[in-house]
Amino acid sequence: MNQASQRRWQRPPFIESSLLRWGLITGGVLFLVVSIGTMEVNWERVAAGLPRAERFLSSFFPPDFTSKSSAIWDGIVESLWMTVVSTVIGILLSIPVGLGAARNLSPRYVYLVSRGILALSRTFPEIIIALFAVKLFGFGPFAGIIALSIGSIGFYGKLLAEDIEDMDPVQAESVKATGASWFQWLNYAVQPQVMPRMIGLAMYRFDINFRESAVLGIVGAGGIGATLLTSFDRYEFSTSAAILLIIIGIVMAVEYSSGYIRKWIQ
Amino acid sequence: MLRLQNLTKQYKTGDIALKDINLEVPDSQVMALIGPSGAGKSTLIRCVNRLVEPTSGSVHLNDVEVSSLGQNQLRKARRRMGMIFQEYALVERLSVMENVLSGRLGYVSFWRSYFRKFPQSDIDEAFRLLERVGLDHMADKRADELSGGQRQRVGICRALIQDPELLLIDEPTASLDPKTSRQIMRLICELCQERKLSAIINIHDVLLAQMFAKRIVGLQLGEVVYDGPPGDLTADVLTTIYGEEDWEATIEATKDLDEDEADVIAAAEKVLPKPDAAS
Amino acid sequence: MPIQQQGDIKIWQRRSRNRSLMIWSGQFVAVAIFVYCWQLVSENTIWMFVTDAPRQAVDMMERMVPPKWSYMSNLWRPIWDTITIATLGTLMAVVFAFPIAFLAARNTTPSTAFARPIALFIIVASRSINSLLWALMLVTILGPGVFAGVLAIGFRSIGFCAKLLYEAIEEIDEAQVEAVTATGASGAQVLNYGIVPQILPAFAGISVFRWDINIRESAILGLVGAGGIGLQLSSSIDTVTWTQVSLILLVILVTVIASEWVSAKVRHAII
Repeated sequence: MNQASQRRWQRPPFIESSLLRWGLITGGVLFLVVSIGTMEVNWERVAAGLPRAERFLSSFFPPDFTSKSSAIWDGIVESLWMTVVSTVIGILLSIPVGLGAARNLSPRYVYLVSRGILALSRTFPEIIIALFAVKLFGFGPFAGIIALSIGSIGFYGKLLAEDIEDMDPVQAESVKATGASWFQWLNYAVQPQVMPRMIGLAMYRFDINFRESAVLGIVGAGGIGATLLTSFDRYEFSTSAAILLIIIGIVMAVEYSSGYIRKWIQ
Repeated sequence: MLRLQNLTKQYKTGDIALKDINLEVPDSQVMALIGPSGAGKSTLIRCVNRLVEPTSGSVHLNDVEVSSLGQNQLRKARRRMGMIFQEYALVERLSVMENVLSGRLGYVSFWRSYFRKFPQSDIDEAFRLLERVGLDHMADKRADELSGGQRQRVGICRALIQDPELLLIDEPTASLDPKTSRQIMRLICELCQERKLSAIINIHDVLLAQMFAKRIVGLQLGEVVYDGPPGDLTADVLTTIYGEEDWEATIEATKDLDEDEADVIAAAEKVLPKPDAAS
Repeated sequence: MPIQQQGDIKIWQRRSRNRSLMIWSGQFVAVAIFVYCWQLVSENTIWMFVTDAPRQAVDMMERMVPPKWSYMSNLWRPIWDTITIATLGTLMAVVFAFPIAFLAARNTTPSTAFARPIALFIIVASRSINSLLWALMLVTILGPGVFAGVLAIGFRSIGFCAKLLYEAIEEIDEAQVEAVTATGASGAQVLNYGIVPQILPAFAGISVFRWDINIRESAILGLVGAGGIGLQLSSSIDTVTWTQVSLILLVILVTVIASEWVSAKVRHAII
């Protein structure tokens, strides 16, 4: 036996400093213990809920599309046109903000203001914005459209700005060198580079807006959510199941067609 | 004629890229700008059309002082200076034709360019240029479908359709194979001759520079250290341009190879065929 | 072809006639749809309220300042609950998403005919349903409280994490997997040495990213009774105590910014 054969090897730990490593581990465990401990699960209530869960699940077989069909139809259609309008408005408004929020395009103060707008509209979930919109504009789809549009601005503007910041600066420079004006430069150098991805993201945002529009009804901002809420409140689970399935179906359809459109544009 | 006077560029980081450059390029002269990476070659040609703003000094193109123009006037001045880029810098998702026509952007209104309704004279010129470089059958291909040499030829068309008085050429052969490099350089020089254009060519490859340019300017750490005909480039001169250490090492290497006292140029010439042999 | 020869003049158009016709008609249809939808909006809106809104908004803002700082003592617990819901929910999602992603990825699924469609359906179902809807269902079944919130966040996030993860798995470098297989490794060993190291950074990134989103999401679950700060928000709005509302909004803002900072830090450390 020589010395070399006794050399041992162990995989080095992910976090070098052992103090930090153990600190993080104990911190994590402690958090888990405390958070689970403070959760206060009312097991009796959960147990009481189980038969109801069973009833809920069994109501999917079969779902009831017919007995509330006109309410479902109206709600879905309302959700759809809310989605269309808010996606279009949101994206149109987000283009100037997104351009302003791209560091390589805008002077510093425009950049800061635009980033501020984006951060603000991204911080609050659509439903909170909808809560206020309902207070201001009254119950109904208009409040929902405002909320979804604001959400779209934050989402789309940020991604547009990031995409512009990631573009190939040499291609951009080459168009500038021809003596193009700012708008021509935007049209010839920036747009071709960001367009394919942005169209895909527009489809994605449409998808998000539709899903969101399904919950806005909870706070009275229009869409299928109100119908869904009513069906839950009345324990008409078969109708809820039908609505949920329709939502899933539409989301799948949008996702499938957006994949197709993206391929076509490429 | 292009005239640079006391041109200085200091970047925000504090790096001085150009120190007090004085340079004149007469009409229809092709000038090669050589020097190591970081010598300020790119900065120099970008200061001419103000893609990089010079810190001080002036740039005159004929009787226009480019360095003091406002944004609108600057665009007009940029039309008169065609630029050809390293790595081609075509807008990859536009077609070849759109890329060539983008050279006319300074001449047409925004809406015309937006709807791609360029004057027929521009279209004719574009076809003529594409024919000249042998790419007219590629007009509707997307730029990213082309090979490197083809892309660079489209880049040349884009610069020429601007109807420039001056070409600013940044490392035109940096990512091309040796044969294509020569073809491109030859094409550029021929076109300059045909159209009586003056040109500044940034180039790494000393050999190519000597082959094609009538005048060579050596840049080192932002200063002109050589200005003369290609024939006068000796090993000593190259040492001043490219720096002591690097250059000595290269010479040592060539000496070791064949015990030959001939200078580096001669040694290198053996590796590549003579210009007339290639043409 | 967009290039036409007319005599010796070549005419160039960006697109061929058919293609531009198609694009124009596409654009026309899109505009028509938008106009039609806008009309529906218009019919369903009481414009008087809308024109009055700016005044109302100013009024609301005025009543919001200054925030009622003393209400803060009632908020610590909801903040804690919000973070708990987000964290435990994400944890749960990650645990379930990991195997589901492997079942859904084309290159690792055990059977394309059976396991993959099921995994994909779970992913779509989970993603299509907003966490608020999950919460609504779970509150009906389990009763209100943090537990329903955790499950809601978890159910919603499974699909999200699994989708991003299986896309990452499908993009792995097959050569590395091949190399490990060539050593004679078993299936599980190939997974451990060939696949997992490649997707681990993506996996960690996705988890942290989703956690960040979940902080936002769990802030609203209270609206349907699933715990967290949303409960205080909706009751403050219902009772029109605007000074409390502004405080809660501030708290949410700070929490969200803090969580974004944390997630950016962690992602930076991982990559």
